[in-house]
Amino acid sequence: MPQAVPRAAAAGGDRARQPTPLWLRSLGYYAYQYKRTWRSSLTTSFLFPVLYLAAMGIGLGTLVNHHAHRVGGVEYLDFLAPGLLAATAMQIGANESMYPVMGAIKWTRTYFAMLATPLRVADVLLGHLGWIAVRLAMVGGIFLAVMAAFGTVASPLAPLALLAALATGLAFAAPVSAFAARVDNDVPFTTLYRFGLVPLFLFSGTFFPTSQLPGWLQPVAAATPLYHGVALCRMLVLGQGALWPAAGHAGYLVGLAAAGYAAARGTYRRRLVV
Amino acid sequence: MSFPAVDQRQAGAPSPAQAGATDHLVVARGLTKRFGDFVAVDGVDFEIGRGESFGFLGPNGAGKTSTMRMIACMSPVSGGSLRVLGMDPSTQGPEIRARIGLVPQEDSLDLELTVLDNLVVYGRYFDLPKREIRERAARLLELAQLSERAHDKVEPLSGGMKRRLTIARALVSDPELLILDEPTTGLDPQARHLLWDRLYRLKRDGVTLVITTHYMDEAEQLCDRLVVMDHGRVAAEGTPNELIARYATRDVVELRTGDGHGQLARALELVERAEVLADRVLLYTDDGDRTLAEVQRTGPQPERVLVRRATLEDVFLRLTGRTLVD
Repeated sequence: MPQAVPRAAAAGGDRARQPTPLWLRSLGYYAYQYKRTWRSSLTTSFLFPVLYLAAMGIGLGTLVNHHAHRVGGVEYLDFLAPGLLAATAMQIGANESMYPVMGAIKWTRTYFAMLATPLRVADVLLGHLGWIAVRLAMVGGIFLAVMAAFGTVASPLAPLALLAALATGLAFAAPVSAFAARVDNDVPFTTLYRFGLVPLFLFSGTFFPTSQLPGWLQPVAAATPLYHGVALCRMLVLGQGALWPAAGHAGYLVGLAAAGYAAARGTYRRRLVV
Repeated sequence: MSFPAVDQRQAGAPSPAQAGATDHLVVARGLTKRFGDFVAVDGVDFEIGRGESFGFLGPNGAGKTSTMRMIACMSPVSGGSLRVLGMDPSTQGPEIRARIGLVPQEDSLDLELTVLDNLVVYGRYFDLPKREIRERAARLLELAQLSERAHDKVEPLSGGMKRRLTIARALVSDPELLILDEPTTGLDPQARHLLWDRLYRLKRDGVTLVITTHYMDEAEQLCDRLVVMDHGRVAAEGTPNELIARYATRDVVELRTGDGHGQLARALELVERAEVLADRVLLYTDDGDRTLAEVQRTGPQPERVLVRRATLEDVFLRLTGRTLVD
């Protein structure tokens, strides 16, 4: 019977080691349940860049190169690939923050299960965002490996593009999480997808330079998050650009992620601790 | 609303600091919970001692769940004082939660994981080593009678099994205090009785239980002591037998009359206290058989007759004028 077991200290069962940080225990949940789906998940993560780079980078790219010769100073495949990396990071960051967050509050009530333990709201949030970061790193790493296999990785700075992808994904995950904790049904998600994510995916410089956009639209695009993620990834993978613009893009992304995190702390608390 | 029969706090009631020293696991004084303008818990007092099985009995909306969530350090206290394990939930929530277990009213199991996985995942929140969790899980699944289902996905399990799993999960951390919010609501009678049996064993093994329920039979079966709650206030406190002795007679004669309550006017005069409900008349008496004989002798025959012992339902009816279940 439970009473016969020496009661573990609040900090943890094994007194010889330091207790695991609370937020890491929350992340541990997501890591544990990923064992169910990791094979299909990673397979998809591998197939997506392969198919897109083949279809658009090579299939379409051959036509583009024939007509335009150079896009953004390079062949189309080399132009497209880092843009697609950033766009994929956006997709993952946003998708992992919509239904998984709402579901953890409304349906599975996973967040409430966590809050009945020593975990606090900040730990729940940080653990979830931390897991999204792990996913971004996995997918980003696979994407870069596929890019290298396609021969589009030129610069020694290219591995840093993994960090850029991470920053891009989190710049979406944090604010979208804050948003998802407020909504009660998925209509706002459909709206966010239709009027936010899809336009960004198409018009932020992934598939064509934003200089192709109408003049008045270019500054609008430059104010949006994916534009900066695409620009930063492209700079690092192709070895183009200079330090200050790169720092500017990075600063934008990190700043947005931080602001999103601060907002999420508030919306999570208001929703979960009533 | 005021309750004429509310127990009066003695003038020398212990302060929270003193009460903590006498091994009360939970002490509440003037505990209040507000949601905007709505007062869900309205100045409630109670103490829960180590090793006892303490109940909160009341209808839906009485404030029981709000009280539980405050004790479980998941909902901030709006007013008054609350001490759990001698600590203040507003400043030491994580420390308290590390030592208590919660079985919430709504399930929060991971349906896509297996029974055993759910226990492991929860144990990891408490930073228990995986090996230790598995050892405890083996014993807990035995207690919950789920050992054979350890590697099954949770989703297809019945409601009773899921509830037993939730209880087993709440015990993974070996808590000193186990809080159960409406543990058998929505379960069939067989599942309820199995659960009661499991909880009774826990109680016997020294785990302190805090239970909320709107079922009077559950309160009578499981609780050493209880408070009756209505509209956010404590209407009465005591052991089930004390409450019945204080607020009801030993027996109750139930008469179902169909139409024509008026015909029972004579019957009502036979006893000191009676309740007229929508479908029944309740005659409170210390000798049910004698009263029944008098009813049958002095007036028209009622359609249906039942002689039974008084229950906590009768206590609640006396205190509030309403039944526990609407």
